[in-house]
Amino acid sequence: MYKRLPDAAAAAPAVLLTIDGADFAARAGDTVAAALLAAGYDACRTTPVTGAPRGPFCLMGVCFDCLAVVDGLPNQQTCLIPVRAGMRIERQQGAAVFGPAAGSGQGPR
Amino acid sequence: MAREHDIAVIGGGLVGGAIAYGLARLGRRVCLYDEGDVAYRASRGNFGLVWVQGKGQGLAPYGGWTQRSVRRFAEFAALLREDTGIDVALEQPGGFHLCLSDAELAHRVDQLTRLVAQQGFERYAFEVLDRAALAQRLPGLGPQVAGATYCRLDGHLNPLRLLRALHAAFLERGGTYRASAKVEAIAREGGAFAVRTATGRAEAGQVVLTAGLGNATLAPQVGLTATVRPQRGMIVVLERVRRFLDYPLATLRQTDEGTVLIGDSQEEVGFDDTLATAVLATLASRAVQVFPFLRDARVNRTWAALRVMSPDGFPIYEQSASAPGAFVVTCHSGVTLAAAHALELAPRIAAGALGADLSPFSSERLHVQKAA
Repeated sequence: MYKRLPDAAAAAPAVLLTIDGADFAARAGDTVAAALLAAGYDACRTTPVTGAPRGPFCLMGVCFDCLAVVDGLPNQQTCLIPVRAGMRIERQQGAAVFGPAAGSGQGPR
Repeated sequence: MAREHDIAVIGGGLVGGAIAYGLARLGRRVCLYDEGDVAYRASRGNFGLVWVQGKGQGLAPYGGWTQRSVRRFAEFAALLREDTGIDVALEQPGGFHLCLSDAELAHRVDQLTRLVAQQGFERYAFEVLDRAALAQRLPGLGPQVAGATYCRLDGHLNPLRLLRALHAAFLERGGTYRASAKVEAIAREGGAFAVRTATGRAEAGQVVLTAGLGNATLAPQVGLTATVRPQRGMIVVLERVRRFLDYPLATLRQTDEGTVLIGDSQEEVGFDDTLATAVLATLASRAVQVFPFLRDARVNRTWAALRVMSPDGFPIYEQSASAPGAFVVTCHSGVTLAAAHALELAPRIAAGALGADLSPFSSERLHVQKAA
């Protein structure tokens, strides 16, 4: 859906990271949200309440729709985080899981 | 000229909303005056407990009144859903009051034992759980928690949805809502009450003061007293996380949508509803003592709001002796008491008499001269 402008694609050096375990070459200066969009992911999470897909929208830290798991931390606002080499990005399924709910496989009621 | 409304309800928070809805259900023509977003609005800052445990020490009838509301809350929530389609997310699985040391637990048990043993108290059962028993009900419990008391009547709901449902249900039942309408003066004129706002004047046969902290200045205009003071409380809201907690605690709960609320700070700081980071830090630190894994959860929001406190902390329900037809209603448990306010108090106001069983809530109890 999204394509880099031809000039921009060549201008910045590549930053190697993984998205859901697969290698991806982002560009220096990308936010994690931009990298997700450039990699072809419209949706980076599903909502905790209804399970509907959501993706980066406002790209300025307001809408909280671009949440994903970054280096193991859930609910990160990916539009506010610059990419770094070796970063592990995972799309987030539903609510963040903490404590005794971890591994139970149960969604919120 | 015919009066447009039978009853004016002054104050559009949870208390006024519940009473206005209860009156509209009875077919009364009600006008609800709401000050607007400049108001202190305890109803938009509260924690959302529907709570019985521990209430009524020093005024036994308050324990029974609270239980009546809580026992009718499921019925009340169903009525609101029928009228509006809004689900207030009521859950009543029972609630825990946690203690962080053996001494604290012993003190708590002693308090509750004396509470339910009071003369005339409508007794309810509470359980005492030691650490091991509690850990089974609350997975992930921190090592510093010594135990808890549990009452199966306790629960919680979404207070913002309750406020919206009350307003929507009131309108559905034909009520008139005046927004941004701070009442500046009320006067008894002939057989009616004249209610004056910045933009106009209207008459009603009865008037109910439900203006929270605003009642203090309105009540004397119709021969009532409402000695209420603000008490600041702060709430910390964590990010939405998967359900880990099936019961509300007195100081921490997880909403139906996964958000975690931490609260119950109490400060006497007058009309100051700003935040103090030291208090927020204390709230956060206690929450982490209870559930250590919350250390990793992020804080999304914090706010402070002002409770509406009477001198002894109990509600004031009273009809004016000098201006019959004027009532004052104030309490700091607008969520818990909403069912009783709508289903039990409103019909009595409509009938023009509060009834002998509510006489303990008259402000007369506060006028007793202190011994020198």
